Amino acid sequence: MKFGIVVFPGSNCDRDSFHVPTKVCGQEAVYLWHKDADLKGVDCVILPGGFSYGDYLRCGAIAKQSPVMKSVIEHAKSGGYVIGICNGFQVLTESGLLPGVLMRNTSLTFICKYIQVKVNNKTPWTNKYDAGEVITLPIAHNEGNYFCDEVTLRRLESNGQIAFKYHGENPNGALADIAGITNEKGNVLGLMPHPERISELILGGTDGLRVFESIISTKK
Amino acid sequence: MNAKVYVTLKTGVLDSQGKAVKHSLETLNFKEVTDVRIGKFIELKLEGVTKSEAEKHVKAMCEKLLANTVIESYKFEVSE
Repeated sequence: MKFGIVVFPGSNCDRDSFHVPTKVCGQEAVYLWHKDADLKGVDCVILPGGFSYGDYLRCGAIAKQSPVMKSVIEHAKSGGYVIGICNGFQVLTESGLLPGVLMRNTSLTFICKYIQVKVNNKTPWTNKYDAGEVITLPIAHNEGNYFCDEVTLRRLESNGQIAFKYHGENPNGALADIAGITNEKGNVLGLMPHPERISELILGGTDGLRVFESIISTKK
Repeated sequence: MNAKVYVTLKTGVLDSQGKAVKHSLETLNFKEVTDVRIGKFIELKLEGVTKSEAEKHVKAMCEKLLANTVIESYKFEVSE
């Protein structure tokens, strides 16, 4: 599978997001510069964490207007895989590829720590996990408080679009303990935790690795 | 032409910043404050449009970029 890692000014998890698919999973990957509309034939786009455009106005609001995002939206609409991690999740909600919005943490503080999440393994991004498996992932964000209206929440729940839920402790006030969701078709995933930061034993664990292995396994 | 845009969280959306500021005002003994909502104030300078065009465009700017209408509402004033 060929991965494309988008680089916005202010992205800071792009190298990690490149490292895991290539060095850990043995796949091909390229960087996609935000001014470049060409997706270079990738199968899976990664919108990495960071502070795209300095988080000006709202996190992800300026990034959604960039040339690369117009192509990413087309790619997603035609069924291509897109994963947004942390700031990438914020870009996905701002772009309308995922419903809802990520508001400021209720604690009003930046939270950087390990948390537990419960996995729904019925998505293309989580098929290598067990049903209801609880895993440990790192989070590092100031705006991870997921919010959507009630109708949207019911739709997310009944369609099985909630891929990850905080387990035990809800760190940021997110509605229904939501840590990550997919779109209706399942080809787009957004999540606040960082699976790319916990995909090798040398870095403290491999609980995030199966997100990448799951999506790679869908390629025939 | 000038436009003043005010963006605030919709009623019902928890404003944790507003809550913290309200609490802080209380500690300063301003007990009469019953609610605080924090928002953004954006000032635009516009050229080459009539007032009614400006109003139409600023509304579109709010919908497309300046506000996230999932959680925020906006109002604006256009003046010559």
